[in-house]
Amino acid sequence: METSTGVGADLPIRSDTDLMWVRQHVRQAAAQLGFGLVAQTKLVTAASELARNTLVHGGGGRMESAPLGQGRARGLRLSFHDEGPGIPDPERALTDGYTSGGGLGMGLGGARRLVHEFSIDSAPGRGTTVTVVSWAAAPPRPREES
Amino acid sequence: MPEQEAAEQYGTPAREVGEFLRRRRAQIAQRWADESLFRTVFTVSRDEAVESGLAVVEALAAVADGGRVQDSDAAGFDVVRERLARMGASRSRAGLSTARVSTEVDALRPPAEDLLVADLPDAPERVVRDCVTTLTVLMGTLRLVVLETVLSEGQELIERQRLQLLEVATPVIELWDGVVAVPLIGTLDSARSQVVMESLLEAIVDQRARFAILDITGVPTVDSLVAQHLMKTVAAARLMGAECVVSGIRPAIAQTIVHLGLDLGTVVTRASLADALAYALRESDTGRASAGPGGSGRP
Repeated sequence: METSTGVGADLPIRSDTDLMWVRQHVRQAAAQLGFGLVAQTKLVTAASELARNTLVHGGGGRMESAPLGQGRARGLRLSFHDEGPGIPDPERALTDGYTSGGGLGMGLGGARRLVHEFSIDSAPGRGTTVTVVSWAAAPPRPREES
Repeated sequence: MPEQEAAEQYGTPAREVGEFLRRRRAQIAQRWADESLFRTVFTVSRDEAVESGLAVVEALAAVADGGRVQDSDAAGFDVVRERLARMGASRSRAGLSTARVSTEVDALRPPAEDLLVADLPDAPERVVRDCVTTLTVLMGTLRLVVLETVLSEGQELIERQRLQLLEVATPVIELWDGVVAVPLIGTLDSARSQVVMESLLEAIVDQRARFAILDITGVPTVDSLVAQHLMKTVAAARLMGAECVVSGIRPAIAQTIVHLGLDLGTVVTRASLADALAYALRESDTGRASAGPGGSGRP
């Protein structure tokens, strides 16, 4: 597989080193899809937060990334999946300052603000899947609705 | 049946091989000393090569006696593990691939087998075959042990370099009288930030610094954990009586921090290292002016 076409990928998240790979992959994929520097940095930071959640709270898992195209807009979808204990109350977990560990409690809510689309699928005992989408330019949603 | 009778005077193949190795250890060691593995490791004197060969043969005999010829964890190997590790490491350092080292270890087998066959002239064919098979398995296990040590050597090297990198990547620089700076480069994980904090606090004491600048120009991603590490370092420096300035905040990072919702309000931040130094110098001047004359420092 060529790295230049490696926007789609399925990466394991099992250790701190894997987090590094996730960040590197997202940065490269975003750059390839034409994300600007600020958009790249935002998405990489969101991926870093979510991947760390997968590792720390979910006990490890994986990240899938896939390129999106809608008209001329290019986007990147990232899914973080773990089979951990799950989040009992996702809405509360998204509140700034809410933390179950020793962190700042900004990870999940912060990540949501850094991306264009954010969805969370979790229940106790069922694991957690967080999916985010970012677009290289402004999200093409208005066009979709009109 | 005469052959049956003849076979009965032999023990198990492993025991036979063990006895053979002990009986012929000097000859085996002499032959091995001429094989490339021993010859190239012990270039200074052949005696050393023979002595090492003897130690390895004796270890193999002990393993064969124990009957666990397939077990690379057999106690017999412990005696020579370090010796084998040194030999394997010496070959890897000479630029040999792991496969080549493996081939060199395998080259020790034929001489030993020849001696074994010559040593059992009257034994029934079946006994000879069993003994040769056992020796082959034993030599295969030796090969595994050598490769294990070579690979673990590589792991240790990586670990050592990782630690070295931690140290190297976090130099504390004295920028000015009473101003120290740490240019951070790369990922700021928990281990890195611990090293940064320790070396920075030490430098604050050593240099009697009143200002410490953390420059994050080289940090590609500032997420909430990195921010938390930064804030902890700033808080620790403050406890030591030094004011911390975080510099090198690029536009993309600044926007990300805002969206992330991180509050760095308690931390003095500057766009560049130069701005941070200017701030520190100005602040130390006003501090000195209000403290009155008698301050020793630059004009």
